[in-house]
Order: sequence, then structure tokens, then C-alpha cells
Amino acid sequence: MAEITSLNEAVAGLIHDGDSVAMEGFTHLIPHAAGHEIIRQRRRNLTLIRMTPDIVYDQMIGMDCARKLTFSWGGNPGVGSLSRLREAIETGWPHPLEIEEHSHAAMANAYVAGAANLPCAIFRGYRGNDLTKYNSSIKYIDCPFTGERLAAVPAIRPDVAVIHAQKADRRGNVLMWGIVGVQKEAVLASRRSIVTVEEIVDSLDAPPNAVVLPTWTVSAVCKVPGGSHPSYAMGYYGRDNVFYRRWDSISRSREKFTNWIERHVLGTKDFAGFRRSIAADNEGAE
Amino acid sequence: MMVTIEPGYTSDEMMTVAAARMLRDRQVCFVGIGLPSAASNLARLTHAPDIVLIYESGTIGTHPDILPLSIGDGVLAETSVAVVSVPEMFTYWLQGGRIDVGFLAAAQLDRFANINTTVIGDYLNPKVRLPGAGGAPEIATSANEILIIIRQSKRALVEKVDFITSIGFLDGVQTRADLGVTTAGPRAVVTDLGILAPDPVTHELTLVGLHPGVDVEHVKAETGWPLRVAPKLEITSPPTDTELSVLRDLNTRSAQAHKAVG
Repeated sequence: MAEITSLNEAVAGLIHDGDSVAMEGFTHLIPHAAGHEIIRQRRRNLTLIRMTPDIVYDQMIGMDCARKLTFSWGGNPGVGSLSRLREAIETGWPHPLEIEEHSHAAMANAYVAGAANLPCAIFRGYRGNDLTKYNSSIKYIDCPFTGERLAAVPAIRPDVAVIHAQKADRRGNVLMWGIVGVQKEAVLASRRSIVTVEEIVDSLDAPPNAVVLPTWTVSAVCKVPGGSHPSYAMGYYGRDNVFYRRWDSISRSREKFTNWIERHVLGTKDFAGFRRSIAADNEGAE
Repeated sequence: MMVTIEPGYTSDEMMTVAAARMLRDRQVCFVGIGLPSAASNLARLTHAPDIVLIYESGTIGTHPDILPLSIGDGVLAETSVAVVSVPEMFTYWLQGGRIDVGFLAAAQLDRFANINTTVIGDYLNPKVRLPGAGGAPEIATSANEILIIIRQSKRALVEKVDFITSIGFLDGVQTRADLGVTTAGPRAVVTDLGILAPDPVTHELTLVGLHPGVDVEHVKAETGWPLRVAPKLEITSPPTDTELSVLRDLNTRSAQAHKAVG
């Protein structure tokens, strides 16, 4: 059974220094509030896993939460690079960052293998790709039936999955819809999981075949309205593309980035406080 | 007296229009973000109304009225026929062989149409770290054919990419079939200056078309290898009024939408 708790308590109890943590979301439903809480609680030496690390991982890497990143596309989509990620890779600031790099197909299959309790994923991929020269976890296997040579990667089995969803009911059953990415697979592949939600309702009213994570597959459910901002939650609010563009300049220098985090994330108690803090900043700027 | 007439469109617009024309109605197209997305939607809004646009975020048969900023913007989900999970997208739909055309952009592209979106310089000691592979490596091998769109410059079109993220025709000697790849690979590269296509025998990218007003020497100067030129060059028809107005409206709507908080 999922415990319905505060995000502060969930992160304190379920995410430890050195854990491997998959915070998934494919443009949609990215768990920004949870990322900020991890920064506030100053977790260290995490192995961060995500297909599409964007600005919340940029923030966590810049605040020295991570020692390793497993990913398949790292950027600020439609805007440009992630400056903190790039600086960690290119210069080792604030901490040298080990990277394990894949393609989307590899990671998607590896999450499925994790959820399916298999040791590895097999798929038709990585043909002629130079990643195979640098990522020793990419191997090949011959199909025992046809002889076709296929790519194999180890299953992803994180210590903790962290996702954001639209709704949970009071027992902790979780419902999400829209672009659902690999979140269901990430939760089912992980030992523990935290789900932040827009709202907690009496009844999910989920149609059959909806994407539902039953309460007993989730460790903690935390109500955090707006908790994926500046990403979006279909049916609740749209993507704050202005913020994604602003991030480019906020993150460009170490000093500006650190000041921004200290002021808006470390200087606030929770995500609601963060939202008020950046809103006040925007008004001041106008 | 010589009168120079401004063409009334930009080279980027010509590139997008020329790329859109490469797509046919009812094709199933796996769309990369950025330039491919603009060209694919222009095709859908002009000559290919029944083209099926698929984005790797899981949206199938999407009809966005604005160009998405990111590959998983809400407008893609709201206007699609179906939204599937990302594992399903890469297994049933891409690996399953249901994609006619994969439409890709590139940071670096080489003589044999290999794509680099990973790193400039050495992987372990990068000069510039790029976003990485995303869906492209398996799009490049699983889609029946590939279209590539890229702005032409010596820095972007190089003799050999620093890193092969997504294969074209490898080194021109080893073949796709040697790696067990059965799909055709790159059919054309559309740039802001013209159109390149792999030579049927050597697979080397060769200039086969020029956009209006561009001369061969200019294209050669913006290519990082000694560019071969087809015996007969097609001259691209300039954008029609319809193509231009649809593209401009699309870009204007998109720019406005991305300025506002959704």
C-alpha cells in the first residue's frame, strides 16, 4: 500500500545518498517538485537515470547531487544544451560526472526488462553506432531460432523511481494519461517509488485499460499541485515554454545558477514556496 | 540594365519547402524535432493531408496546429489519433517495421550520410557535448527510408563525422546489409542550398539539385569534402504562394504560442 505523505517525508525516507534514482517524464509530467526536494535535502552521489534529462536534472547535477548519469538524450528541447550537464561532463564541475549513454530504444527496452524481472533487454538496434565503443554494457546476442544478431543491454533496476501523475485516490492508486512515456515501466522496475500528483480524489473513475499504478506498487503518494511545472500536466496546465527558454540564461554561468537555486529552491520550504518565489521574481523583472 | 530581384523568400524557407515536397500523402513519417517537424507539418498542411505523423513521445497520427517546441508538447497528444507509451513506440511501431520515412536532422553529416548528434571532438574529451542519440540510431535502421534536413556549411557537412550516432552508408565500403540492416537508408539530404543524394553505386552524397539562384561553386565551398556533382542538376521550383503562406502562418502561430505560458 502506498503511504500518502508529504514530499519532504517521502524523499527523506525513500531516497538515500548513493541510490540509483529514475525520475522519468517525456516532456510531460516531469517530477520537478521532487527534484527540488532532493536538492533541498542535499542528496549526494546519486546515479541519475532518465531517457531525456532536461532542466530538473541540470539543476540536480549543478547542485552536486549526482555521480553518474544514465541517459539517451540530454538537452533543453527546442532551446539548446543543458549548461550544467555540459559543464559537469566537459570540466567536472561541481563533480566529475560518469556517463552511461544509450539510445532511446535501448533505454525503453531496458526499463521494460526491469519491470518484467528479466536480466536484459533484447532488441534490433545499435547497428554501426559508435556508442558501442564507449558503453561496455552494450552487447550482442544471436537469436537461438533465426540466428539474427540482436543488441542486448542490462535491465534497468533503479533503487527508486520518481514520477508525477495527474491523480491518485485516497488509497494511493495512481492514474495518468496523455504522453505517459516510460513511467509505468520505471515504477515497476524499481524497488521503491514516489509519485507526486496534482490531486487526490475519492474515486479515480479510470476507464478500463487506463494507465493505473495500483497502490501496492507504489511506496509513497504526495499531493503537489503544479508539481511538474515548468513541464505540464495534461488536463491541468500547459508547458511553460517561456521558463524553458529562460533556463538557458539562468544556467549559463555557475554564479547565476547557484544564486538562482539558493534563492528559489534552497531558500524556500517547498514547491509552493518555490512557485511564489519565482513569480515574485518575474513581477520584479517586469 | 541589370535588375536584381529579391526572391521574396529565405533560404531556410526554400529548404523547408523542398523537404516538405519529399513527403508523399499517406506515408507514415517518424518526425524528428526542429527542422523535420516544420517540413513534415508543412507537407501535411499542403499536398499531403493524409500523411501520418508520428513523434517518438508516443503520438501517432498527430495534427498539431502549431509546431511543438519539444517532442512531447501537449498539442501533439491533444491532436493525435492515438498516444502510446514510449516502449510501445520503439517496439511495435518503429522496430515493428511500420514506418515508411524517418525524417532526421543532424549536427554533423558526412560524405556517406552518417549522422552525428553526440559530440564534436573526442567522445572522452569533448570539444562540444551535443544532446546525444535519442531515437535516431534505430530510426536510421528501422524506418524504410530516411530523409535528412540540415543547413549547409563546411562545419556541418564533413568528410567524416566525429562520432556515428546514426548510420547512413558507413564508410562506403562496409554496407548496411553487412550489419544486418535491411532498410534503404538515406534517400536525400535537403539543405538550404540544394539537394544531395547518395550515388546509387558508391553511396557517396552527390549534389543532384540546386535551389534557385544558388551556384555549384557556392555549394562546393560549403561542403567539407570534394563534392561530386550529378551530370544533370535539377533546379528546385521556388516556393509557391500557398507553400509560403502556410509555412509563415505556421511559424507565426508557433512563435506566438511559445511566448505565452500554456
